[in-house]
Amino acid sequence: MSDKLLEKRKIKSAKKMRDIMTTYYLDALTAGQNNKQVAWITSGGPVEPLVAMDIIPVYPENHGAMIGASKMGEDLCIKAENMGYSPDLCSYARTDISCSIVKGGPIGGLPKPDMLICCTNICGTVLKWYEIQARFYNIPLFILDTPICHTQYSREIAKYVRTQIDEYIVFLETITHKKFDYEKMAQVGKLAFEGQLLWQKVLNTTAHKPSPMSAFDAFFFLALIVTLRGTQIAIDFYKELIEEMEQRIQDGISIVPNEEHRLLWDNLPVWYRLKWLSGKFSSHNACLVADTYTSAWCSALKYIDENNFLDSIAEAYTRIYLNIGVDQMADQVLDMIKFYNADGLVMHSNRSCKPYSFGQMDIMKIVREKAGIPVLMIEADMVDPRNFSQSQMETRIDAFMEIIKQRSR
Amino acid sequence: MVYAGIDIGSNTAKAALINENRVLGTHVIPTGYNPLNAGLTVFKILLEKLKISKKDVAAIISTGYGRASINFADKAMTEIICHGTGAHFMNPNIRGIIDVGGQDSKAILLDTKGLVENFAMNDKCAAGTGRFFEVMANALEVKLDQLGDFSLKADKPSKISSICTVFAESEVISMIAGQEKREDIIAGIHESAAARVAVLAMKIKIKEPVMMTGGVAKNKGMIAALEKRLGFELIVENFAQENGAIGAAVLASRL
Repeated sequence: MSDKLLEKRKIKSAKKMRDIMTTYYLDALTAGQNNKQVAWITSGGPVEPLVAMDIIPVYPENHGAMIGASKMGEDLCIKAENMGYSPDLCSYARTDISCSIVKGGPIGGLPKPDMLICCTNICGTVLKWYEIQARFYNIPLFILDTPICHTQYSREIAKYVRTQIDEYIVFLETITHKKFDYEKMAQVGKLAFEGQLLWQKVLNTTAHKPSPMSAFDAFFFLALIVTLRGTQIAIDFYKELIEEMEQRIQDGISIVPNEEHRLLWDNLPVWYRLKWLSGKFSSHNACLVADTYTSAWCSALKYIDENNFLDSIAEAYTRIYLNIGVDQMADQVLDMIKFYNADGLVMHSNRSCKPYSFGQMDIMKIVREKAGIPVLMIEADMVDPRNFSQSQMETRIDAFMEIIKQRSR
Repeated sequence: MVYAGIDIGSNTAKAALINENRVLGTHVIPTGYNPLNAGLTVFKILLEKLKISKKDVAAIISTGYGRASINFADKAMTEIICHGTGAHFMNPNIRGIIDVGGQDSKAILLDTKGLVENFAMNDKCAAGTGRFFEVMANALEVKLDQLGDFSLKADKPSKISSICTVFAESEVISMIAGQEKREDIIAGIHESAAARVAVLAMKIKIKEPVMMTGGVAKNKGMIAALEKRLGFELIVENFAQENGAIGAAVLASRL
């Protein structure tokens, strides 16, 4: 492909997004100088009360993704293993724990936290991981426990989680010595809601054939809805991104040059092999049009009432993709296959992420039966490249694509 | 017209020449260090053996781990599709394939037209593959091709509990020291390998009739152990080891 064509395919908003993330991390790194407090929070945690209290939220998992993408994961994982942590422990946890001590990684370690907010809706590992960090930094830890909703959100669960939201606010008031501003909370809630609606809209643009962007782009653009949810910055950016995507659709610019096959991705990305994987699929004229991972930041929208934010987030944060039953997860996957018109499903069995990888065999079976499309399971890890074998991966993907091509003939 | 398939495996390089109806001939050599050289050599030997000139070969497809190295092939395709196509060519009734090669084992499900519906492969671990048998034959001072016969003479197969080839080898060595009968140990090895491979077949809910392919299909002990574990008979055709190369040649005929 000529340079001019390549340039045309490039998503212009990427540069702006990089600048926003740099500013965000600079603000967080200089928080102390500006009399601001920093809270580390799990990726699925309710960040809005922090934003309302003017506390800067920092995400060790987003940092983990950066470590993975900059191929610094292996070294930091080994350092954690040298400290005595098991190689079976999540690679986000391993890299975060070792990074706190050696100050490594692409930005020389995260800003020191003043408090930790741990929500168990994404996994059980975060509980021990955040306890370790609370001991290491000697700072307060708030745990928001969200029971798994296999089938329904019972009255008991509702009461249990809603009470903890109030406790969360008391926790923040105690640490900041400030009264919680419920009016500001309502504003932030509206912004968070709008941000998620816009994120959903960004993802929806890939339903168009050919797709203007791929899941590999979504993995990148996801960072704002995670880190800056509840701010105007995220809203403004996603509005621009949607405009760019709509323009690409109008101009017929697709992300994969000759898109013939459309695939859905399940689980976290393989951060250190994004380029290789995207090239591999492109070489088969296949586009990963959507994924269950980036959709998780808008999949609980239906439970949010923007006018009654605090009450409704108890349910929204409890019923996220990783905290529901396998049947419900499969239903979401089936809906996505239909909406995005996918010809195949690629499941990343992620050594690190147990709750995400558990149940994949069942989802695979359900999808094969109900959607009748081929499903590929590949084994890897999101950050630790020692769990990635290129030639094994290559054979599986090539064979999978050969099957899809045979079927479409 | 004549078509060629070249299968560069981790252990052996196979070449097959076919015409529209039948296999004209095959050849197998060790892969060695250089996959391209192995491909060139095995192809050249086969052409000489069959007295066919290279320019009479209409198309070539390469497959196997070294498929991308074969720069004289018209196209490279994976061994999964090639084994499926090869099995269907040899016996159109086949619905399932169990292929055990040098370092991978796979189970493939075919539809009635011979197209691959699903497959499962070993991942991250090569226990239960050809390499596993090589290591064990070495530890037991038995020739690789005698392993099967030994295992069929066992009274009471030993129990190998480790699933890792390296640890299984140490387990075997301690059994030798414990003076367990060689035949029993060898039968135990086969049962352990069969258990590993059978999981792949169960995973994709394999359908009968099932063909066994790959180099390990030459091992009667493994066939017996697998049949016992799966509860049905396996079909082993001629050219089981070269099945992938034959499938590649069939696919070349459709280019």
